[in-house]
Amino acid sequence: MMAYIRGTGIVSPQRTLNTTEFLAEILVSKNNFLKCVEPSYRDYLDPVMARRMGRIVKMGIAAATEALRDAKLEMPDAIITGTALGCLGDTEKFLSAIIADDEQFLTPTSFIQSIQNTVSAQIALQLKCMNHNFTFVHKGFSFESALLDAMMLMEEREASDVLVGGLDEMTEKNLLIYDRLGIWKKEKISSAKLFQHKTPGTIAGEGASFFVLSKNSSDNDYAKLIAVKTIYTPASPSEINENISSILELNNLNKTDIDLVLYGLNGDVNYDVFIESVKDNYLKNIPAGAFKHLCGEYQTSGAFAMWLAAMILKTQSVPKGILLEKNETINKIKNILIYNCYENNHVVYLLGVV
Amino acid sequence: MLINNKVFVTGAGIISAIGNNVDETLAAIRNQQTGIGELKHIQTRHSKSLSVGEVKPNNDELKKSCSATPEIKYTRTTLLGIVAVAEALHSAGIKNINEFKTGIVSATSVGGMSIAENFFLKYLDIDDKGDYLEYVKTLDCSDSTEKIANHFGIKDFLSTISTACSSSANSIMFGARLIKLGIVDRVVVGGTDCLSRFTINGFLSLKILDPNLCKPFDAHRNGLNLGEGAGYLVLESEKCAKDKNVFCELSGYGNSNDAYHQTASSPNGAGAFLAMEKALRLSGLHPAEINYVNAHGTGTEINDLSEGLALERIFKHQLPPVSSTKSFTGHTLAAAGGIEAVLSVLAIRGNIIYPNLNFENKMPELNFTPETKFKTDIHVNHVLSNSFGFGGNTSSLIFSKITS
Repeated sequence: MMAYIRGTGIVSPQRTLNTTEFLAEILVSKNNFLKCVEPSYRDYLDPVMARRMGRIVKMGIAAATEALRDAKLEMPDAIITGTALGCLGDTEKFLSAIIADDEQFLTPTSFIQSIQNTVSAQIALQLKCMNHNFTFVHKGFSFESALLDAMMLMEEREASDVLVGGLDEMTEKNLLIYDRLGIWKKEKISSAKLFQHKTPGTIAGEGASFFVLSKNSSDNDYAKLIAVKTIYTPASPSEINENISSILELNNLNKTDIDLVLYGLNGDVNYDVFIESVKDNYLKNIPAGAFKHLCGEYQTSGAFAMWLAAMILKTQSVPKGILLEKNETINKIKNILIYNCYENNHVVYLLGVV
Repeated sequence: MLINNKVFVTGAGIISAIGNNVDETLAAIRNQQTGIGELKHIQTRHSKSLSVGEVKPNNDELKKSCSATPEIKYTRTTLLGIVAVAEALHSAGIKNINEFKTGIVSATSVGGMSIAENFFLKYLDIDDKGDYLEYVKTLDCSDSTEKIANHFGIKDFLSTISTACSSSANSIMFGARLIKLGIVDRVVVGGTDCLSRFTINGFLSLKILDPNLCKPFDAHRNGLNLGEGAGYLVLESEKCAKDKNVFCELSGYGNSNDAYHQTASSPNGAGAFLAMEKALRLSGLHPAEINYVNAHGTGTEINDLSEGLALERIFKHQLPPVSSTKSFTGHTLAAAGGIEAVLSVLAIRGNIIYPNLNFENKMPELNFTPETKFKTDIHVNHVLSNSFGFGGNTSSLIFSKITS
C-alpha cells in the first residue's frame, strides 16, 4: 500500500497556510502553548455560519479547502479525519452550560458540534460529498488510522483521491486541566529552546492538517507515503527497531537509504528517553530532526510531521531549526522516516521522494 | 497484497437494557419485554420525564462480573465493553489471544463523559484535592478501547471510531477490511456507550426524545429513547476460522454520507440508499435475497420516514420483514451498530426475526409496516442492518449464513 501526497492544507502554530515560503521564520511561544495562526475565515466560510462554528471546525474547513485547492481536486472519493479529542471547545461549552444552568435552557448548537465527526461531516456538507466518511478518535493513532483507511480504500479500488486530515484543538480549560496532571513544564520556556530544557513536562500544541492522498501520481505531488505503522505500548525500544526494519525490508530499502529521521521528541525528559534510545542506537548516524518545537505536543501532531517531511522532500531543503545537529548537511533527500509517539501510542511513517 | 475474500463472524457478545448476555437478551425479546423504563443510575433533574434503556447492574456489579482489575479506574463505558467483549471472545472459543495477529476496533461517542461531567468543575479548581484526576484522560475515546484491549491482552492493532450513531457499524466494516487486506488475522469489533447527563441533555435540547416508550415506524412516533450498552463481534479470516463453529459471514458493508444536514436525515434517505446499495453490491446479493432488515429505526419523525423511503427504493416495494430493536434497547448511540449486529448474527443462527414493539398505526407515507411478532418459522439466510448517525453518516452491514 502506497499513496502520493498531492495536496496539503495546514493550519498550525507556524505560518503554513497560503504561503509559498517554507518555515522562513519560526514563530516562538513563551508561555508553553503553541497556538495556531488562524486565517481569516471569510475566505472559507459564510460569516454567519462561521460565528456559530467552533474553532477546530473552522480550522479544519480552512485546511481541507486549501488541501483540495492545492491538489486541484473538486470531489474526493472519501473524507477521513483523525482527531483525539474532537471538538473539545464545544464539548466544554455544552458541559459548562449543563452545570451552570442546572440542565435547563440548553440550546443544541454546542452539543451538535461537540460530536467528533463534525469536521468530516461539515466538509462533506460543503462539498455535497456522499462518499465514504470516517472519523478515527484513537489518541496518538487517530491520524494514522485515517491514513491507513485511505490507503486501504485505494488498495480495495474503492477510492483514488482521498481527503485525509489530522486535527486537535487546545483550549484554556484543557491547558489548566493538563497542567494539573503535570503534562506541561512547570517553568515557562521559549518553544525554540524546547530541547534544551531537560526537565519533566512538555509544551502544548494544536493543529489542523489536511492532505489529498492519491493512488496515481500527478505533476503536483509532494512525496510518496510509503508506509505508516502504529505500535501499541512497545515493551522496549527494540520493538520499534523491529517495526522500522520490517517496513524497510517490505519496501526493499536499507537503513542507509533513510536520509533523515524526524523524531517526535517533546522535551519531556521522562518521555524522550525512549525515543532517544531508538535514535542513538538503531538509527545512529542518520541525520535527525525534530518538530514539536514548531507545533507543540498534541495527539495528531503526526499530521504536522507528515507535512514537514513532504515539504522537505518536495523542496529538497531542510528549514533552519529542524536538525538536531545544526551543522549537518544532507545532499539528496530521498527517504524520510518519522517516529512519533503520544504516551503509549507509537507511530512510524516512511515517506519517499517522487 | 494478500486479499482474503471472506470474513467470518465467530463470536458475539452483548449487554444492554434487556440483558447482560446473549441468552438473557434473546429471552427478553422472545417475551416481548422491553428494557426501556425509568433512569436509575444517573442523577439528573430530568429523570422523571425520561424513558431510557439503562443497563441494570451498577458499576460495582459490572466490575465484579467481569473480574476487572480493582486498582484500575474504569468508566461505565469501559466496563460495558469488557462484559460484551468477554462474551464475544468466549463464544469464539479464543483462549490464547496471541495465537494469531489480533486487533480491536471499538466505537464510542461519549467515552468517559459520565465521569467527566461530574468532576468537570473540580478538574478546573486547582485548590481542590482529590483522586479524581486519574479520570481526566478517560474523556479520550481511546481510553475505553485501550482498557478493554489491556484486559484481554490485545496488542497487535488498536483503533477507535466515532461517527456518532453509526460508529460501531463503521468499526465492524473497518475491522472486516483489516482482515481482507491481511493486516490482522482476527479482530474484535463493535462499540460501547453509557448514558450520561451530557447526551441526555444534548438530545433533550434537540427535542427528539419521546418521554414515553418509542414507537419506531409508527405514524404517531414521537422521538427516540436513549439507551446504553455494548455489542461486539469477533471477526476472523478463513485461515483462523476453519474448524470453528462460525455464526455467519459478513458478506457486505457500505458507508456513505447524506451530505444534507448536520443532524437531520435527507427527506428521501439518499445516504441511506447509497449505503445499502454499496453493501448489497459487495455481497453480490439481490435485494430479494435479504430475509430480514434490522432497521436503524430510532422512532424520530425524520429518521423513520427517511429510512423507510430508502428501504422502499432499495427493495422496490417488496420488503422483507423489517423491525427496529431499539424499541427493546433504546438508542444506544455508538454501541447501536454493534448491538444490532449481534442481534442480526443471532437472527441467522437461530432462524428468528425480532418484533418491533409499540407499533400501532401505519405511516401514511410508507407502504410497509414493521414486523410486530417474534418469528421462528422462517429461514434467515441474509440480514441487512442499518446504522445512521449525525453528520449524515450512513452505514449498512449484511450478514449471510454459511452455505457449504
